[in-house]
Amino acid sequence: MIQAVMVISTQAKPRLLKFYNFQAPEKHQDLVRSVFQLLSASPDSVSNFVKVDTIFGPGTKMVYKHLATLYFVFVFDSSENELAMLDLVQVFVEILDRCFKNVCELDIVFNFNKLHTILDEMILGGQVIETSSEQVVKYVEEIERLEKQSSTTSFIPKSITERFTR
Amino acid sequence: MASTPPAPAVAPSLVDTLFQRSLNDLVKSLRADPSAAGEAAAVARALSEIHREIRAPDAATKSVALQKLAYLSSLHFAPVGSHPLAFAAIELLASPHLPHKRLAYLAASLSLHPASLSLLPLATHQLHKDLSPSAGAAHQQHVSALALQLLASPAAAAAPDLPVHLAHDLVPHLARGSPRAIAAAARVIAASPSAAVPVLFKPLAACLASPDPRASTAAAAAFCDLSAPPADATPFLPLAPDLYNLLTTSRSNWALIKVLKVFARLAPLEPRLAARIVDPVCQLLTRSSAMSLTFECIRTVLTALPAHDAAVRLAIGKAKEFNAAADDPNLRYLGLLALGMLGPAYASTVNDCRDAIAKSLGDADTNIRQEALHLIMGMVNENNVVDIAGMLISHVAKSDPEFANDILGAVLAACGHNVYEMVVDFDWYVSLLVDMARTLHCAQGDEIGRQLVDVGLRVQDARPELVRSARTLLIDPALLGNHFLFPVLSAAAWISGEYVDLTKDPVELVEALLQPRTNLLPISVRAVYIHAVFKVITWCFSVYVGRLGDSGMAMDVMFDRLAADQTVSLDSNVALGSGEEQDIGASTVRKDPFSHESILYMIDLIQTTVGPLINCNEVEVQERAHNLIGFVHLVREIQELNKRKVADGDEPSRLKELVKTMRTVFCQELGPVSVNAQMKVAPPDGLILNENLVELAGMVSEDDTTPSTSIFFYPCSRHSVDTRDEPAVSIGSSSLSEHRKRHGLFYLQTGKTEDEPSDYPQANDSLPSSSNNSVINDDKSKTAELVFAGKKSTATKSRPKVVKLDTEDFLSSMMPSANVPKEDPLAGALRDVLLGSDAKALSSQRASDINLEGMLNKTSSNESSSQQIENLGSYPASRSSRTTSKQQNHDKEKGTNPRESDGKEPRKHRSSGRSGHRQGKHKHREKSSTQPDTIPQASVIQDFLL
Repeated sequence: MIQAVMVISTQAKPRLLKFYNFQAPEKHQDLVRSVFQLLSASPDSVSNFVKVDTIFGPGTKMVYKHLATLYFVFVFDSSENELAMLDLVQVFVEILDRCFKNVCELDIVFNFNKLHTILDEMILGGQVIETSSEQVVKYVEEIERLEKQSSTTSFIPKSITERFTR
Repeated sequence: MASTPPAPAVAPSLVDTLFQRSLNDLVKSLRADPSAAGEAAAVARALSEIHREIRAPDAATKSVALQKLAYLSSLHFAPVGSHPLAFAAIELLASPHLPHKRLAYLAASLSLHPASLSLLPLATHQLHKDLSPSAGAAHQQHVSALALQLLASPAAAAAPDLPVHLAHDLVPHLARGSPRAIAAAARVIAASPSAAVPVLFKPLAACLASPDPRASTAAAAAFCDLSAPPADATPFLPLAPDLYNLLTTSRSNWALIKVLKVFARLAPLEPRLAARIVDPVCQLLTRSSAMSLTFECIRTVLTALPAHDAAVRLAIGKAKEFNAAADDPNLRYLGLLALGMLGPAYASTVNDCRDAIAKSLGDADTNIRQEALHLIMGMVNENNVVDIAGMLISHVAKSDPEFANDILGAVLAACGHNVYEMVVDFDWYVSLLVDMARTLHCAQGDEIGRQLVDVGLRVQDARPELVRSARTLLIDPALLGNHFLFPVLSAAAWISGEYVDLTKDPVELVEALLQPRTNLLPISVRAVYIHAVFKVITWCFSVYVGRLGDSGMAMDVMFDRLAADQTVSLDSNVALGSGEEQDIGASTVRKDPFSHESILYMIDLIQTTVGPLINCNEVEVQERAHNLIGFVHLVREIQELNKRKVADGDEPSRLKELVKTMRTVFCQELGPVSVNAQMKVAPPDGLILNENLVELAGMVSEDDTTPSTSIFFYPCSRHSVDTRDEPAVSIGSSSLSEHRKRHGLFYLQTGKTEDEPSDYPQANDSLPSSSNNSVINDDKSKTAELVFAGKKSTATKSRPKVVKLDTEDFLSSMMPSANVPKEDPLAGALRDVLLGSDAKALSSQRASDINLEGMLNKTSSNESSSQQIENLGSYPASRSSRTTSKQQNHDKEKGTNPRESDGKEPRKHRSSGRSGHRQGKHKHREKSSTQPDTIPQASVIQDFLL
């Protein structure tokens, strides 16, 4: 299964963190730090797989992609195929690109919710549930449409409308 | 008509609600001051704001606060007490408003914490509602997707009763073949097998056969996850037909990858499976264009189907293609990884790709280089170790420092493994060690030095080459500047001192050991150098004196010179006088290292260079310098005496005696010592180990036992035993007796009846002059054969014997016994379900059960039988060697007088080295068979049977 998905900026700031195995919240910062150390230590044009047994437990590997100012990192165990994971990172980036129209780091910084929505459409509980970028984009757009629908019905918070009607 | 706003403590004011900062505002404020302090301040401010807002009665304010809190805790590691967050999240789960619900689910799945699990039961009802399809809302599918998301989150997995209550709600979703439900079911089953398996396993298995490719893919992934290594794959054997069907019909690469992974785990469990799947796998391997699937096929073949030659050849061919991919380092890396997957039994197949792998050592990618090194070290055996090590060392020069040391470390570890079992030609190995030490970035001095000394101790035949190599290291002044090499130089100095009788030119050696640049050495190494000089000069004296024989004339001549020389060096400036002398000496001395001139020259050199060290403030150096200078003075003083009482014939013989005594001090050979050697030291007569030592409680309070190492040196004098043991009798204490209680294992056996005199066991010592040399050698070669009996040696040159101790065998054989297969709850739960419900599954399950049991039995019986074989192999051999040595000893005893033999006999035993240890162990075993309380071997086997 996939153990974690991380997007980390080249400034070592986490932009998206999702753990599919329980990791104590106090440990999250250390995990990000040690992963970033590995990332910054490896030069470009080097194979993208790193064994991370010491960080995430025996048999775990991570695959990463370095695009512009971001590292996209997937951590996985022996039940996943390395090249398939590399493809999945590619798919994830593609989807982001399509959802945000030429994605940049700022999009990711300001769209915490949407990012999680996209990721949740692809991966659930560490299992890949959708690999087609068209499908994921379609779902995400539908969810946005639904949310907008229900937002227009009560634009002003209930507490305020109550106050005014009283 | 506007009412007055409520007090802010109870709920936020209207103004607060209207001007609540959104998540975007928060992010902007965090980015306004990117410094760490600024960010921390912004987070703190936001947190206090959120704590106020989250108590708001209306859902909108609450949800924004919750969103901000989730953001801060996820990406800024804000120390959020999990409680307020969890509670607000669970409150909002019930919101009919989709955006709020989504936020609540996101917050809950991100930050629910086992500590907040007490709150999770509050969510159970809501989850149940959201999962049930009867709700009928337009966005029902999204809502249930959210619920599944939370159910599969790691926090929910830790809540034991959630699956119990909700497993049934998953079933309709599984029946629809929803990939989300399948993935969530896998997590739920993994989290609490006993509760979830009876409900979920069968619907999940049905999904495998689903016509919907998304469902079957998700199901394959789910089973792949559930059968992952820590779990037992056996319960999944009944799924093999469905999986096989998927393997042959599915067009989804994801599904095929997962199916292959499951088969790779099942194939070792069911022998017939491999034959069935080998064809489809090979077809996929040749047909597929997807690299990921190709790689998975290679992995499956190499790990699970290694017996099918054609498939293995095909897979290795593909792996080589990967390896040759010039433009993609990922493929090259995975190609190497694939080649490394083939077990050690098929190493010869991998051997064919050695050139390709060796090329990868020069790859720009560090991962690839590491993997290549790992792979190459995996294929080393005694036949190719010379080639491979040579090739690797040539690579060291071309590599960056870090990788160079990785290579050196790997070579040292491989060659030193299990007491150099791979090394046949020790002359080669010694020169390799020296070459390694001389490579540019070598930082492995400690290990190289250790191995040099260790080889010297263990392999007698390697000593001439060792001494030669040590010389080349010592005479090179450039090496003295490299602090990485100090341990190597220390080892070289020790070797040339210890085995000085093999050296060609002791004068040169003394010069090298005393060269001016040695002041760069650290104290510990300096001390070794000085002590080595001591040994060298002692040996030179003994040879010199031996050569003079009884000719008094020659002796006198020598003494005259000694005296004359001393007066000169006393009167004149030491440094100047010796400087001249050195120049003259150096030219004349070379011809014969044992002539008067050489001896005098060496003595002078020692006095001028070591003399000043007497005032050194480091005790180690000071003490050894004192020893050395003292010895030299002693030799001279005798001559002084001789001068005064002219024509006293005694003096030459005194000198002779002195030199001889010193020589005997050093001629005892040192050897490796078993960790258990202490066990074999019999307590001396009159020492009562059980004596009550309470009176001395106050005197000994510290527990001062040091952990024993595998190798240490010991002095060969009987005195040290007495001095060490006797205080223990007279100054005992209660803490000592406590210590004895705690560490009883390390104490001598009290019930020992043998009354051998107290003497240290000689590990491998053979007294050079003793007459029973042949016996010892016999024994030694026997034990050496014994050690290597299990290996087929094809080397042309016969391997010299390597002294190896029992404990080392023992330890190494104990190492791999740790992994005992254990039952996991998932397997048990699955078995229960399958046994209870499905007749077909039942039979095959039974079969697989039996299979499993059979396998377990097989492994355990293999284990025990191999142990038995080992024991059988060692028992008679040790017994025979023991009896022969005993017999021979008896034969000898007939000739000698009984009093002397009394003292000698045990020494002979022990001096037979390895067999001595075996014998000791054997005795121990005999004893343990009569005493039922100590049976270490049997307990190990029992573990396996359990």
